[in-house]
Amino acid sequence: MTDAYIVGVDMIKFGRFPEKSVPQLGAEAALLALDDCGLTIQDMQALYCGNLGQASAMVGQRILQQIGQTGIPVVNCANACATGATAFREAWASVKAELYDLVLAVGVEQMGRGLLGGGAGRSGIPREGLLGSGTMPSVFAEAGMEHSRKHGTTFEQFAKVSVKNHHHATMNPKAMYQIETPLETVMNSEMISYPNTKLMCSVNVDGSAAAVIASERKARELGLMDRAVKVRASVLTSDPWQERDLVMPDVNTCTRTAAAAAYEMAGAGPDDIDLVELHDCFATAEILHYENLGLCADGEAGRLIDEGEVELGGRIPVNVSGGLLSKGHPLGATGIANIYEVSTHLRGEAGKRQVEGARLGMTHVIGLGSACGIHILERVA
Amino acid sequence: MSTKPLPAVAYLKIPDEGDPYLEGHRCDACGAIFLDARRVCAKCGARDRMHATRLSNTGTLYSWSIVYRSFPGVEVPYISAVVDLDDGATVKGNLINVEPDPANIAFDMPVEVTYGDALGRRDRDGNAYLSYFFQPRTG
Ligand SMILES: [Zn+2]
Repeated sequence: MTDAYIVGVDMIKFGRFPEKSVPQLGAEAALLALDDCGLTIQDMQALYCGNLGQASAMVGQRILQQIGQTGIPVVNCANACATGATAFREAWASVKAELYDLVLAVGVEQMGRGLLGGGAGRSGIPREGLLGSGTMPSVFAEAGMEHSRKHGTTFEQFAKVSVKNHHHATMNPKAMYQIETPLETVMNSEMISYPNTKLMCSVNVDGSAAAVIASERKARELGLMDRAVKVRASVLTSDPWQERDLVMPDVNTCTRTAAAAAYEMAGAGPDDIDLVELHDCFATAEILHYENLGLCADGEAGRLIDEGEVELGGRIPVNVSGGLLSKGHPLGATGIANIYEVSTHLRGEAGKRQVEGARLGMTHVIGLGSACGIHILERVA
Repeated sequence: MSTKPLPAVAYLKIPDEGDPYLEGHRCDACGAIFLDARRVCAKCGARDRMHATRLSNTGTLYSWSIVYRSFPGVEVPYISAVVDLDDGATVKGNLINVEPDPANIAFDMPVEVTYGDALGRRDRDGNAYLSYFFQPRTG
Protein backbone atom coordinates (compact mmCIF):
# COMPACT_ATOMS: atom_id res chain seq x y z
CA MET A 1 0.00 0.00 0.00
CA THR A 2 1.13 3.50 -0.78
CA ASP A 3 1.45 6.18 1.86
CA ALA A 4 -1.09 8.99 1.67
CA TYR A 5 -0.24 12.67 2.02
CA ILE A 6 -2.21 15.83 2.57
CA VAL A 7 -0.92 18.16 -0.13
CA GLY A 8 -3.52 20.91 0.09
CA VAL A 9 -5.66 21.88 3.08
CA ASP A 10 -7.56 24.96 4.23
CA MET A 11 -10.71 26.22 5.94
CA ILE A 12 -12.83 29.33 5.73
CA LYS A 13 -12.99 31.66 8.72
CA PHE A 14 -15.84 30.28 10.79
CA GLY A 15 -18.83 32.60 11.28
CA ARG A 16 -22.50 33.01 10.51
CA PHE A 17 -23.37 33.17 6.82
CA PRO A 18 -27.15 32.88 6.47
CA GLU A 19 -26.96 34.48 3.02
CA LYS A 20 -24.91 31.58 1.65
CA SER A 21 -25.98 28.04 0.79
CA VAL A 22 -24.32 24.89 2.12
CA PRO A 23 -22.79 24.04 -1.29
CA GLN A 24 -21.47 27.61 -1.59
CA LEU A 25 -19.77 27.32 1.79
CA GLY A 26 -18.33 23.93 0.87
CA ALA A 27 -17.13 25.28 -2.48
CA GLU A 28 -15.18 28.05 -0.77
CA ALA A 29 -13.11 25.60 1.29
CA ALA A 30 -12.68 23.26 -1.69
CA LEU A 31 -11.23 26.07 -3.80
CA LEU A 32 -8.96 27.19 -0.95
CA ALA A 33 -7.59 23.66 -0.53
CA LEU A 34 -7.05 23.29 -4.29
CA ASP A 35 -5.28 26.66 -4.40
CA ASP A 36 -3.14 25.59 -1.43
CA CYS A 37 -1.51 22.96 -3.66
CA GLY A 38 -1.94 24.71 -7.02
CA LEU A 39 -4.29 22.07 -8.41
CA THR A 40 -7.76 22.29 -9.94
CA ILE A 41 -10.95 20.27 -9.71
CA GLN A 42 -9.96 18.73 -13.07
CA ASP A 43 -7.06 17.05 -11.25
CA MET A 44 -9.32 15.38 -8.65
CA GLN A 45 -10.42 11.78 -9.18
CA ALA A 46 -13.09 11.61 -6.48
CA LEU A 47 -14.85 13.80 -3.92
CA TYR A 48 -15.72 12.73 -0.37
CA CYS A 49 -18.15 15.17 1.20
CA GLY A 50 -19.23 15.37 4.84
CA ASN A 51 -22.37 17.24 5.89
CA LEU A 52 -25.01 16.53 8.49
CA GLY A 53 -27.81 19.07 8.09
CA GLN A 54 -28.55 18.18 4.47
CA ALA A 55 -27.41 14.57 4.62
CA SER A 56 -29.97 13.43 2.06
CA ALA A 57 -29.50 16.34 -0.35
CA MET A 58 -26.40 15.46 -2.39
CA VAL A 59 -24.23 18.25 -1.02
CA GLY A 60 -21.07 16.91 -2.69
CA GLN A 61 -22.59 17.00 -6.16
CA ARG A 62 -23.95 20.50 -5.48
CA ILE A 63 -20.43 21.61 -4.49
CA LEU A 64 -19.21 20.35 -7.86
CA GLN A 65 -21.95 22.40 -9.51
CA GLN A 66 -20.23 25.40 -7.88
CA ILE A 67 -16.62 24.52 -8.74
CA GLY A 68 -16.69 22.23 -11.79
CA GLN A 69 -18.88 19.26 -12.76
CA THR A 70 -16.19 16.90 -13.95
CA GLY A 71 -18.21 13.71 -13.53
CA ILE A 72 -16.02 12.21 -10.82
CA PRO A 73 -17.49 9.84 -8.21
CA VAL A 74 -18.95 11.61 -5.18
CA VAL A 75 -19.55 10.03 -1.79
CA ASN A 76 -21.73 11.95 0.68
CA CYS A 77 -21.45 10.92 4.29
CA ALA A 78 -22.95 11.75 7.67
CA ASN A 79 -21.58 10.49 10.99
CA ALA A 80 -22.70 13.03 13.62
CA CYS A 81 -19.80 15.21 14.79
CA ALA A 82 -17.35 12.73 13.26
CA THR A 83 -18.76 13.50 9.79
CA GLY A 84 -15.80 15.54 8.52
CA ALA A 85 -13.26 13.05 9.85
CA THR A 86 -15.21 10.23 8.23
CA ALA A 87 -15.21 11.96 4.83
CA PHE A 88 -11.47 12.56 5.17
CA ARG A 89 -10.88 8.95 6.19
CA GLU A 90 -12.88 7.59 3.24
CA ALA A 91 -10.78 9.79 0.94
CA TRP A 92 -7.60 8.56 2.63
CA ALA A 93 -8.70 4.93 2.34
CA SER A 94 -9.31 5.29 -1.40
CA VAL A 95 -5.73 6.51 -1.87
CA LYS A 96 -4.28 3.86 0.45
CA ALA A 97 -6.14 1.22 -1.56
CA GLU A 98 -4.67 2.73 -4.73
CA LEU A 99 -8.12 3.22 -6.19
CA TYR A 100 -7.21 6.87 -6.85
CA ASP A 101 -4.07 8.91 -6.37
CA LEU A 102 -5.54 12.40 -5.99
CA VAL A 103 -8.81 13.05 -4.16
CA LEU A 104 -10.66 15.86 -2.44
CA ALA A 105 -12.38 15.74 0.96
CA VAL A 106 -14.75 18.53 2.03
CA GLY A 107 -16.61 19.05 5.29
CA VAL A 108 -19.30 21.73 5.54
CA GLU A 109 -22.09 22.78 7.87
CA GLN A 110 -24.59 25.58 8.26
CA MET A 111 -25.90 25.67 11.81
CA GLY A 112 -28.98 26.98 13.51
CA ARG A 113 -28.58 28.64 16.88
CA GLY A 114 -29.56 27.32 20.27
CA LEU A 115 -29.68 23.96 22.00
CA LEU A 116 -28.94 20.73 20.19
CA GLY A 117 -30.36 17.37 21.19
CA GLY A 118 -33.25 16.57 23.48
CA GLY A 119 -35.86 16.33 20.75
CA ALA A 120 -39.35 14.93 21.22
CA GLY A 121 -39.61 11.21 21.88
CA ARG A 122 -41.82 8.78 20.03
CA SER A 123 -44.53 8.81 22.68
CA GLY A 124 -47.28 11.36 22.66
CA ILE A 125 -45.66 13.95 24.92
CA PRO A 126 -42.26 15.68 24.89
CA ARG A 127 -39.80 14.08 27.30
CA GLU A 128 -37.30 16.88 27.77
CA GLY A 129 -37.42 18.03 31.39
CA LEU A 130 -39.69 15.13 32.27
CA LEU A 131 -37.23 12.23 32.10
CA GLY A 132 -34.08 14.23 32.73
CA SER A 133 -32.41 16.13 29.91
CA GLY A 134 -31.22 15.03 26.50
CA THR A 135 -29.73 18.36 25.45
CA MET A 136 -26.07 18.21 24.49
CA PRO A 137 -24.95 20.54 27.31
CA SER A 138 -26.69 18.23 29.82
CA VAL A 139 -25.40 15.00 28.31
CA PHE A 140 -21.84 16.31 28.46
CA ALA A 141 -22.41 17.78 31.92
CA GLU A 142 -23.36 14.32 33.14
CA ALA A 143 -20.30 12.84 31.40
CA GLY A 144 -18.16 15.45 33.18
CA MET A 145 -19.79 14.75 36.53
CA GLU A 146 -18.94 11.08 36.04
CA HIS A 147 -15.31 12.22 35.94
CA SER A 148 -15.92 14.27 39.08
CA ARG A 149 -17.27 11.27 40.92
CA LYS A 150 -14.20 9.22 39.98
CA HIS A 151 -11.51 11.84 40.39
CA GLY A 152 -12.93 14.85 42.23
CA THR A 153 -12.71 17.15 39.20
CA THR A 154 -14.10 20.59 40.05
CA PHE A 155 -16.30 23.14 38.28
CA GLU A 156 -13.26 25.47 38.29
CA GLN A 157 -11.06 22.91 36.54
CA PHE A 158 -13.68 22.38 33.84
CA ALA A 159 -13.96 26.16 33.44
CA LYS A 160 -10.19 26.54 33.00
CA VAL A 161 -10.46 24.56 29.74
CA SER A 162 -12.61 27.32 28.32
CA VAL A 163 -10.25 30.06 29.54
CA LYS A 164 -7.38 28.29 27.77
CA ASN A 165 -9.16 27.66 24.48
CA HIS A 166 -10.56 31.19 24.25
CA HIS A 167 -7.05 32.48 24.89
CA HIS A 168 -5.67 30.30 22.11
CA ALA A 169 -8.33 31.59 19.71
CA THR A 170 -7.09 35.17 20.12
CA MET A 171 -4.14 34.02 17.99
CA ASN A 172 -6.26 32.33 15.32
CA PRO A 173 -7.70 34.72 12.71
CA LYS A 174 -9.98 31.95 11.40
CA ALA A 175 -11.67 31.40 14.77
CA MET A 176 -15.20 32.67 15.32
CA TYR A 177 -14.21 34.58 18.47
CA GLN A 178 -10.95 36.27 19.41
CA ILE A 179 -11.70 37.33 22.96
CA GLU A 180 -10.04 36.56 26.28
CA THR A 181 -12.41 35.07 28.85
CA PRO A 182 -10.91 35.14 32.36
CA LEU A 183 -11.88 32.41 34.82
CA GLU A 184 -14.46 34.54 36.66
CA THR A 185 -16.08 35.45 33.35
CA VAL A 186 -16.37 31.80 32.33
CA MET A 187 -17.68 30.67 35.72
CA ASN A 188 -20.14 33.55 35.99
CA SER A 189 -21.54 33.37 32.49
CA GLU A 190 -25.06 31.97 32.17
CA MET A 191 -25.31 28.47 33.61
CA ILE A 192 -26.73 26.18 30.92
CA SER A 193 -26.36 22.70 32.45
CA TYR A 194 -24.21 22.56 35.56
CA PRO A 195 -21.24 22.48 35.39
CA ASN A 196 -21.30 23.81 31.80
CA THR A 197 -21.84 27.57 31.56
CA LYS A 198 -22.55 29.26 28.25
CA LEU A 199 -18.85 29.97 27.68
CA MET A 200 -18.15 26.27 28.25
CA CYS A 201 -20.38 25.22 25.33
CA SER A 202 -19.08 25.07 21.77
CA VAL A 203 -20.16 27.83 19.44
CA ASN A 204 -22.70 27.00 16.74
CA VAL A 205 -21.21 28.47 13.57
CA ASP A 206 -21.24 27.97 9.83
CA GLY A 207 -18.03 26.70 8.35
CA SER A 208 -16.20 24.51 5.90
CA ALA A 209 -12.80 22.90 5.49
CA ALA A 210 -11.22 20.81 2.77
CA ALA A 211 -8.18 18.68 2.07
CA VAL A 212 -6.49 17.29 -1.05
CA ILE A 213 -4.96 13.86 -0.46
CA ALA A 214 -2.35 12.36 -2.78
CA SER A 215 -0.51 9.08 -3.06
CA GLU A 216 3.24 9.27 -2.48
CA ARG A 217 4.00 8.79 -6.17
CA LYS A 218 1.59 11.53 -7.20
CA ALA A 219 2.80 13.96 -4.55
CA ARG A 220 6.38 13.49 -5.71
CA GLU A 221 5.47 13.70 -9.39
CA LEU A 222 3.70 17.02 -8.78
CA GLY A 223 6.57 18.36 -6.67
CA LEU A 224 4.32 18.81 -3.66
CA MET A 225 6.38 17.05 -0.98
CA ASP A 226 7.82 20.25 0.52
CA ARG A 227 4.62 21.17 2.32
CA ALA A 228 3.09 17.70 2.37
CA VAL A 229 1.78 16.18 5.59
CA LYS A 230 1.90 12.42 5.95
CA VAL A 231 -1.15 10.62 7.31
CA ARG A 232 0.43 8.22 9.78
CA ALA A 233 -2.82 6.88 11.22
CA SER A 234 -6.52 7.04 10.43
CA VAL A 235 -8.93 5.28 12.76
CA LEU A 236 -12.69 5.20 13.12
CA THR A 237 -14.52 3.36 15.91
CA SER A 238 -18.06 2.96 17.16
CA ASP A 239 -19.07 2.51 20.76
CA PRO A 240 -18.88 -0.99 22.20
CA TRP A 241 -21.65 -2.03 24.61
CA GLN A 242 -21.51 -0.33 28.01
CA GLU A 243 -23.79 -0.89 30.96
CA ARG A 244 -25.14 2.68 31.03
CA ASP A 245 -25.44 3.00 27.23
CA LEU A 246 -29.18 3.42 27.18
CA VAL A 247 -29.23 6.62 29.17
CA MET A 248 -25.67 7.87 29.06
CA PRO A 249 -23.83 8.02 25.74
CA ASP A 250 -20.29 6.74 26.27
CA VAL A 251 -17.73 9.06 24.69
CA ASN A 252 -14.83 7.49 26.53
CA THR A 253 -14.53 3.88 25.41
CA CYS A 254 -14.66 4.50 21.67
CA THR A 255 -12.06 7.27 22.08
CA ARG A 256 -9.79 4.94 24.02
CA THR A 257 -10.07 2.13 21.48
CA ALA A 258 -9.50 4.60 18.63
CA ALA A 259 -6.47 6.14 20.34
CA ALA A 260 -4.90 2.74 21.01
CA ALA A 261 -5.41 1.71 17.39
CA ALA A 262 -4.07 5.05 16.09
CA TYR A 263 -0.91 4.89 18.20
CA GLU A 264 -0.31 1.35 17.00
CA MET A 265 -0.87 2.26 13.36
CA ALA A 266 1.49 5.24 13.66
CA GLY A 267 4.09 3.27 15.60
CA ALA A 268 4.09 6.10 18.12
CA GLY A 269 2.91 6.84 21.63
CA PRO A 270 1.37 9.81 23.43
CA ASP A 271 4.85 11.10 24.36
CA ASP A 272 5.70 11.47 20.68
CA ILE A 273 2.75 13.77 19.97
CA ASP A 274 3.55 17.50 19.81
CA LEU A 275 0.02 18.91 19.64
CA VAL A 276 -3.56 17.69 19.82
CA GLU A 277 -6.81 19.06 18.46
CA LEU A 278 -9.48 17.18 20.40
CA HIS A 279 -13.26 17.31 20.54
CA ASP A 280 -14.01 20.03 23.12
CA CYS A 281 -17.71 20.27 22.26
CA PHE A 282 -18.08 21.19 25.93
CA ALA A 283 -15.40 22.11 28.46
CA THR A 284 -16.25 18.98 30.44
CA ALA A 285 -15.51 16.80 27.41
CA GLU A 286 -11.96 18.09 26.95
CA ILE A 287 -11.02 16.96 30.47
CA LEU A 288 -12.21 13.41 29.73
CA HIS A 289 -10.22 13.19 26.54
CA TYR A 290 -6.85 14.10 28.12
CA GLU A 291 -7.06 10.70 29.76
CA ASN A 292 -8.88 8.94 26.93
CA LEU A 293 -6.11 9.92 24.49
CA GLY A 294 -3.37 8.95 26.93
CA LEU A 295 -2.03 12.49 27.35
CA CYS A 296 -1.92 11.76 31.08
CA ALA A 297 -2.74 8.89 33.41
CA ASP A 298 -6.31 8.35 34.58
CA GLY A 299 -7.18 10.83 37.29
CA GLU A 300 -4.57 13.38 36.25
CA ALA A 301 -6.63 15.50 33.85
CA GLY A 302 -7.41 18.08 36.53
CA ARG A 303 -3.73 18.49 37.28
CA LEU A 304 -2.95 18.81 33.56
CA ILE A 305 -5.21 21.84 33.19
CA ASP A 306 -4.20 23.31 36.59
CA GLU A 307 -0.49 23.18 35.73
CA GLY A 308 -0.81 24.55 32.21
CA GLU A 309 0.62 21.48 30.51
CA VAL A 310 -2.03 21.68 27.79
CA GLU A 311 -1.50 25.38 27.00
CA LEU A 312 0.52 26.68 24.07
CA GLY A 313 4.10 26.44 25.35
CA GLY A 314 3.20 23.60 27.72
CA ARG A 315 4.21 19.95 27.56
CA ILE A 316 1.38 18.94 25.21
CA PRO A 317 -0.62 21.88 23.80
CA VAL A 318 -4.29 21.02 23.24
CA ASN A 319 -6.65 22.96 20.97
CA VAL A 320 -4.30 25.80 20.10
CA SER A 321 -6.80 26.68 17.36
CA GLY A 322 -9.23 27.78 20.05
CA GLY A 323 -11.10 24.51 19.77
CA LEU A 324 -14.78 24.06 19.27
CA LEU A 325 -15.33 26.33 22.28
CA SER A 326 -13.98 29.43 20.56
CA LYS A 327 -13.04 28.61 16.97
CA GLY A 328 -16.54 27.21 16.61
CA HIS A 329 -18.17 23.88 15.81
CA PRO A 330 -19.78 23.52 12.37
CA LEU A 331 -20.52 19.81 12.87
CA GLY A 332 -19.66 18.37 9.45
CA ALA A 333 -16.65 20.66 8.95
CA THR A 334 -15.02 20.19 12.35
CA GLY A 335 -13.18 16.95 11.57
CA ILE A 336 -11.37 18.49 8.59
CA ALA A 337 -10.84 21.88 10.25
CA ASN A 338 -8.91 20.04 12.97
CA ILE A 339 -6.78 18.40 10.30
CA TYR A 340 -6.14 21.83 8.78
CA GLU A 341 -5.02 23.14 12.16
CA VAL A 342 -2.57 20.34 12.90
CA SER A 343 -1.24 20.37 9.31
CA THR A 344 -0.63 24.11 9.56
CA HIS A 345 1.56 23.60 12.64
CA LEU A 346 3.43 20.72 11.03
CA ARG A 347 4.14 23.02 8.09
CA GLY A 348 5.37 25.72 10.49
CA GLU A 349 2.78 28.16 9.16
CA ALA A 350 0.63 28.76 12.25
CA GLY A 351 1.95 32.24 13.04
CA LYS A 352 1.55 33.47 16.61
CA ARG A 353 0.04 30.20 17.85
CA GLN A 354 2.73 28.00 16.24
CA VAL A 355 3.73 25.00 18.33
CA GLU A 356 7.49 25.24 17.82
CA GLY A 357 9.14 22.27 16.14
CA ALA A 358 5.92 20.30 15.81
CA ARG A 359 6.61 17.01 14.06
CA LEU A 360 3.69 14.78 14.98
CA GLY A 361 0.12 15.89 15.73
CA MET A 362 -3.21 14.25 16.54
CA THR A 363 -6.80 15.13 15.69
CA HIS A 364 -9.82 13.68 17.48
CA VAL A 365 -13.55 14.06 16.97
CA ILE A 366 -16.48 12.25 18.45
CA GLY A 367 -20.04 12.08 17.27
CA LEU A 368 -22.66 10.96 19.75
CA GLY A 369 -24.28 7.76 18.84
CA SER A 370 -21.29 7.15 18.71
CA ALA A 371 -18.44 7.53 16.23
CA CYS A 372 -14.86 8.44 17.06
CA GLY A 373 -12.35 9.51 14.43
CA ILE A 374 -8.64 9.95 15.13
CA HIS A 375 -5.84 10.94 12.78
CA ILE A 376 -2.12 11.17 13.45
CA LEU A 377 -0.28 13.45 11.06
CA GLU A 378 3.45 13.90 10.47
CA ARG A 379 5.62 16.64 9.07
CA VAL A 380 7.51 15.47 6.00
CA ALA A 381 10.01 18.16 5.06
CA MET B 1 -59.40 9.78 25.03
CA SER B 2 -58.20 7.25 27.58
CA THR B 3 -59.76 7.44 31.03
CA LYS B 4 -56.59 6.04 32.60
CA PRO B 5 -53.28 7.90 32.23
CA LEU B 6 -51.00 6.46 29.56
CA PRO B 7 -47.35 5.54 30.31
CA ALA B 8 -44.87 8.31 29.39
CA VAL B 9 -42.43 5.65 28.12
CA ALA B 10 -42.91 2.08 26.97
CA TYR B 11 -40.82 0.67 29.84
CA LEU B 12 -43.23 2.12 32.43
CA LYS B 13 -45.93 -0.47 33.06
CA ILE B 14 -49.33 0.35 34.56
CA PRO B 15 -51.04 -2.90 35.60
CA ASP B 16 -54.81 -3.05 36.09
CA GLU B 17 -54.18 -4.20 39.63
CA GLY B 18 -51.28 -2.97 41.75
CA ASP B 19 -48.64 -0.28 41.50
CA PRO B 20 -46.91 0.96 38.37
CA TYR B 21 -43.35 -0.23 37.81
CA LEU B 22 -40.44 -0.01 35.40
CA GLU B 23 -39.79 -2.99 33.20
CA GLY B 24 -36.46 -4.14 31.78
CA HIS B 25 -35.40 -6.99 29.56
CA ARG B 26 -32.61 -9.17 30.89
CA CYS B 27 -30.36 -11.40 28.79
CA ASP B 28 -30.26 -14.91 30.26
CA ALA B 29 -26.89 -15.51 28.63
CA CYS B 30 -24.93 -12.57 30.05
CA GLY B 31 -27.22 -10.69 32.44
CA ALA B 32 -27.25 -7.38 30.55
CA ILE B 33 -30.43 -5.36 31.05
CA PHE B 34 -32.14 -3.29 28.36
CA LEU B 35 -35.09 -0.93 28.61
CA ASP B 36 -36.53 -1.98 25.26
CA ALA B 37 -37.87 -5.36 24.18
CA ARG B 38 -35.47 -6.94 21.72
CA ARG B 39 -34.51 -10.23 20.17
CA VAL B 40 -30.72 -10.01 20.25
CA CYS B 41 -28.51 -8.95 23.13
CA ALA B 42 -26.30 -5.97 22.21
CA LYS B 43 -23.71 -7.03 24.75
CA CYS B 44 -23.15 -10.69 23.90
CA GLY B 45 -25.15 -11.26 20.69
CA ALA B 46 -27.28 -14.08 22.14
CA ARG B 47 -30.60 -14.52 20.33
CA ASP B 48 -33.99 -15.12 21.92
CA ARG B 49 -32.61 -15.17 25.45
CA MET B 50 -34.38 -12.05 26.71
CA HIS B 51 -37.03 -12.07 29.37
CA ALA B 52 -39.03 -9.19 30.82
CA THR B 53 -38.16 -8.31 34.40
CA ARG B 54 -39.62 -5.91 36.92
CA LEU B 55 -36.92 -3.35 37.80
CA SER B 56 -36.08 -2.31 41.33
CA ASN B 57 -37.70 0.82 42.73
CA THR B 58 -34.54 1.76 44.61
CA GLY B 59 -31.08 2.75 43.50
CA THR B 60 -28.25 5.25 43.84
CA LEU B 61 -27.34 8.45 42.02
CA TYR B 62 -24.56 7.78 39.51
CA SER B 63 -24.29 11.15 37.73
CA TRP B 64 -26.31 14.33 37.35
CA SER B 65 -26.58 17.83 35.96
CA ILE B 66 -28.66 20.84 36.96
CA VAL B 67 -30.44 22.07 33.87
CA TYR B 68 -30.96 25.84 33.70
CA ARG B 69 -31.56 26.29 29.98
CA SER B 70 -34.04 24.14 28.13
CA PHE B 71 -36.71 24.37 25.48
CA PRO B 72 -39.66 26.77 25.73
CA GLY B 73 -42.25 25.50 28.19
CA VAL B 74 -39.84 23.35 30.20
CA GLU B 75 -39.65 24.53 33.78
CA VAL B 76 -36.07 25.15 34.98
CA PRO B 77 -33.96 24.62 36.96
CA TYR B 78 -34.31 20.92 37.49
CA ILE B 79 -31.97 18.03 38.19
CA SER B 80 -31.33 15.54 35.40
CA ALA B 81 -30.23 12.32 37.09
CA VAL B 82 -28.60 9.07 35.98
CA VAL B 83 -29.57 6.40 38.52
CA ASP B 84 -28.20 2.90 38.93
CA LEU B 85 -31.10 0.76 40.11
CA ASP B 86 -30.30 -1.95 42.63
CA ASP B 87 -30.80 -4.76 40.13
CA GLY B 88 -28.20 -3.42 37.67
CA ALA B 89 -30.29 -1.36 35.27
CA THR B 90 -29.48 2.31 34.71
CA VAL B 91 -32.33 4.75 34.16
CA LYS B 92 -32.47 8.50 33.59
CA GLY B 93 -35.03 10.92 34.96
CA ASN B 94 -35.71 14.02 37.02
CA LEU B 95 -34.53 14.04 40.62
CA ILE B 96 -37.27 15.78 42.60
CA ASN B 97 -37.75 16.93 46.16
CA VAL B 98 -34.15 18.18 46.24
CA GLU B 99 -33.34 21.90 45.93
CA PRO B 100 -31.36 22.14 42.64
CA ASP B 101 -28.05 23.24 44.13
CA PRO B 102 -24.79 21.27 43.77
CA ALA B 103 -24.36 21.42 47.56
CA ASN B 104 -27.48 19.28 48.00
CA ILE B 105 -26.55 16.56 45.55
CA ALA B 106 -24.17 13.73 46.41
CA PHE B 107 -22.88 10.91 44.23
CA ASP B 108 -24.29 7.55 45.33
CA MET B 109 -27.07 9.15 47.35
CA PRO B 110 -29.86 6.59 47.84
CA VAL B 111 -32.93 7.34 45.73
CA GLU B 112 -36.25 5.69 45.05
CA VAL B 113 -38.51 5.67 42.04
CA THR B 114 -41.81 7.48 42.48
CA TYR B 115 -44.68 7.70 40.01
CA GLY B 116 -46.88 10.67 39.20
CA ASP B 117 -48.55 12.78 36.55
CA ALA B 118 -46.22 13.77 33.68
CA LEU B 119 -45.99 17.43 34.77
CA GLY B 120 -49.38 18.18 33.27
CA ARG B 121 -48.25 17.33 29.75
CA ARG B 122 -51.00 16.12 27.43
CA ASP B 123 -50.85 14.73 23.92
CA ARG B 124 -52.82 16.08 20.96
CA ASP B 125 -55.87 14.02 21.95
CA GLY B 126 -55.82 15.40 25.49
CA ASN B 127 -54.62 12.17 27.12
CA ALA B 128 -52.91 12.44 30.48
CA TYR B 129 -49.66 10.55 31.11
CA LEU B 130 -48.06 8.84 34.06
CA SER B 131 -44.31 9.27 34.44
CA TYR B 132 -41.64 8.30 36.94
CA PHE B 133 -39.29 10.43 39.00
CA PHE B 134 -36.48 9.90 41.48
CA GLN B 135 -36.49 11.26 45.01
CA PRO B 136 -34.16 10.87 47.97
CA ARG B 137 -34.83 7.63 49.82
CA THR B 138 -36.15 8.07 53.29
CA GLY B 139 -35.38 5.74 56.16
ZN1 LIG C 1 -26.31 -11.04 26.58
